[in-house]
Amino acid sequence: MNNLKKIEYSLKKRKRQESRFKIYGLLGIATAVTFLCIILSSIVMEGKKAFLSTYIKLEVYFDPDIIYTNNDQKEEDIKFANFQKIIKNSLNSFFPEISDKGELRKLSNFISSSEEENLMKLVLKNKQLVGQKITLWLLASSKIDVINKNPDMELIAEEDRLISDLELNWLNEIRSANNIKSNFNKNFFVKADSTEPEQAGIWGSLVGSFFTLFITLILSFPIAVAAGVFLEELAPKNKFTDFIEVNINNLAAVPSIIFGLLGLAIFLNVMHLPRSAPIVGGMVLALMTLPTIIIATRASLKAVPPSIREAAIGLGATKFQTVTHHVLPLSLPGILTGTIIGMSQALGESAPLLMIGMVAFIVDVPGSFLDSSTVLPVQIYLWKSTAARGFVELTAAGVMVLLSFLILMNGIAVFIRQKFEKKW
Amino acid sequence: MGFWSFFFILVVLGLSVHWLATNKALKLNAKLEKGSKLPSLPSYYGTYSLLLIIFPTSSLFLLWLVGKPFILEYILLQNIPEQLSANFDGDPSMLIDSIKAVDLERVFPGTNPLIVESATYFKNLNNYSNSFAYFSILIVAFLSSYISLKKISTTFKARQAVEKSNINLLIFSSTIAIITTIGIVFSLIFEALRFFDEIPFFDFLFGLAWSPQTAIREGQVASQGAFGAIPIFSGTLLITLIAMSVAIPVGLLSAVYLSEYATPKVRQTFKPILEILAGVPTVVYGFFAAITVGPFFKDLASYSGFNIASESAIAAGGVMGIMIIPFISSLSDDVISAVPQSLRDGSYAMGATKSETVKNIILPAALPGIIGAILLAVSRAIGETMIVVMAAGIAANLTANPFESVTTVTVQIVTLLIGDQEFDSAKTLAAFALGITLFVATLFLNLLALRIVSKYRERYE
Repeated sequence: MNNLKKIEYSLKKRKRQESRFKIYGLLGIATAVTFLCIILSSIVMEGKKAFLSTYIKLEVYFDPDIIYTNNDQKEEDIKFANFQKIIKNSLNSFFPEISDKGELRKLSNFISSSEEENLMKLVLKNKQLVGQKITLWLLASSKIDVINKNPDMELIAEEDRLISDLELNWLNEIRSANNIKSNFNKNFFVKADSTEPEQAGIWGSLVGSFFTLFITLILSFPIAVAAGVFLEELAPKNKFTDFIEVNINNLAAVPSIIFGLLGLAIFLNVMHLPRSAPIVGGMVLALMTLPTIIIATRASLKAVPPSIREAAIGLGATKFQTVTHHVLPLSLPGILTGTIIGMSQALGESAPLLMIGMVAFIVDVPGSFLDSSTVLPVQIYLWKSTAARGFVELTAAGVMVLLSFLILMNGIAVFIRQKFEKKW
Repeated sequence: MGFWSFFFILVVLGLSVHWLATNKALKLNAKLEKGSKLPSLPSYYGTYSLLLIIFPTSSLFLLWLVGKPFILEYILLQNIPEQLSANFDGDPSMLIDSIKAVDLERVFPGTNPLIVESATYFKNLNNYSNSFAYFSILIVAFLSSYISLKKISTTFKARQAVEKSNINLLIFSSTIAIITTIGIVFSLIFEALRFFDEIPFFDFLFGLAWSPQTAIREGQVASQGAFGAIPIFSGTLLITLIAMSVAIPVGLLSAVYLSEYATPKVRQTFKPILEILAGVPTVVYGFFAAITVGPFFKDLASYSGFNIASESAIAAGGVMGIMIIPFISSLSDDVISAVPQSLRDGSYAMGATKSETVKNIILPAALPGIIGAILLAVSRAIGETMIVVMAAGIAANLTANPFESVTTVTVQIVTLLIGDQEFDSAKTLAAFALGITLFVATLFLNLLALRIVSKYRERYE
């Protein structure tokens, strides 16, 4: 009797242990999934704000006295006219009670400095505007934009806030006159980096990423496929091929920053290639992506059944013909999938590019493989390191753009795998 | 001759030679009687001729690209007016740089006319030498196409020749991996040796103070700077430890659950979700650590009355742990699945529950593989850059407190090499010394892990 009770007791205990262990496992997965959700949602929460920017409605009077300083009404005058003053006057006419010079300067900081150039272009296009008064929506500066999008920031103490109480009052007046609106942030998608958050955009770094990845692809894809074909199909089993394999496996696990040091020491210091150029970035990333594509190539070559090879050889094909005419085309979907995954890793990589100077502050969209440029993840890093508050949203928005490209690429990879890959 | 016209001529030549050779082979074939055809298909003769153009021209062109700067500089140095080189105090290479920097379209007023003269000379030299090189390459191309066309005969086996050269190309592609490794090792060693000329090796490896920034200001009292790497190594270890204490339990438990408990459907949904964590770029983790996690720990500490920096080791390490979860989970999932079913069946037959089987049979059996996975994850963690650059500090504190700011090897490499790039100061060279330490450490961990995993696989095959 005593023993039975013991067993019964221990059975209960063991069952409890069993269910407890199962819960631990579930907790493990739940933790990982929760982390993923927190990361993605915190980025989306912050980043979605950057897709809108704030505009302020103003009656702009194109004062001929300010625009034509020389009375001969030439285009040159328009180009060098003081449009800042025109904006200041328009703001002043909305707040006629302000006369203090310092306060006026603060007020003119409500409007983004890029609007001066936009007004200039507007007048250049249509010279009839001079002397007229028209209503325009002008882009607000970053700090107004941030305050307008985050109403809870108005509650923090004045010294910690981006704008003073006085400026906040002005903003509220503009608001009560319904002269403020949020609209799609076009700058973000067409411009390159800038010191002003409201004028900075992702396009420049996207183009840089494109150039860099193009170089990476044309270098790494042929070399990796050739290496994979040799090692999997043609290589004799000897010390040399073993050594190559050890090297490839090891390169796959070398920290990415080491590749950056290699690029710095050899491509820049020995070969004197230009710094910050997509061509060098592409070469470094190609070396990094090689192992990924080689391993994918070998895996998909291995998946082709030997009967295909035997049939080809039986019909008199050489080993090389067998591989290039039959095995390689059959394994192409797998190779392409691996290549896209390797490219998406290269797109997200930034550490080696920091080493070869692709962290420069670049305001122009790069035009060639030799121009100084930056890439998407490095742009995110650069914006994160900038102090201005407006860049936090931009950084998160940049992350969203990067992630959507990665999702797109991986989606294509999954599509190719499911649509074209043969199950033998 | 410009590059594009050169390239165009070369392409036209290549295509026409391919066509000519194929045609010649076809004609030869037609002349022969049935049964005694050419040893290879006609198109192979065309391909052979094409390859015979591509190989010499492309290798000559690459040779020219690599050698051109050196040759031109040498010629320029021989031809610099004597007055100029005699009056120039400093290295001759600086003189060459200043000559190259002159933009002939917009010469700065006040530039030495002799330098402008040399710059004009250099520009002409550049143009002429390019034309000369292109021209000679074209001559080589014509010669080789002539030779290849001559070679076509009934005794020449074109297919064997083409395949042999193609296989050689494949072998060369495979050796790129070796060349890269050699490149890494040599570039690191070369610069690191220059560093150890200035700073003794053991001072670097066992020194307790790290402050490279002072070394740039020359003439200062403390212009030597301190290059003791122990604080950096300890910081790296601390962050790796934190990362592992997040990643190992979560990753291992997920792997056990997914491989032993989950239904196939649950497994199919959650395995890819875990792998998304591996696909997120590290810069995104870094941003998350710096913007969300760092301030979170800071607020948490200030509620409980402490004051910590937002760049704490725990923020960077914790987020790095999240990044590493999928490594541990997918690698250990593989090794757990590789444990033979017979071991499980034996355990169940003895009346063990699932958890007892996992704890007493499967985990011990899979232990070597799991240790290999953990070692790979550790090597990944110490080489990880962006998270620590964005969320850990720069100051080298020798501490074991996870709430303080520490620095890592990778952070130091980045901070030392961003900005000024003088390759004669110990400051920039120190980055390469740290780089080779990192490379050796990760290499050791990787080789060890790979060996353990492959040994383990052999055991159950």
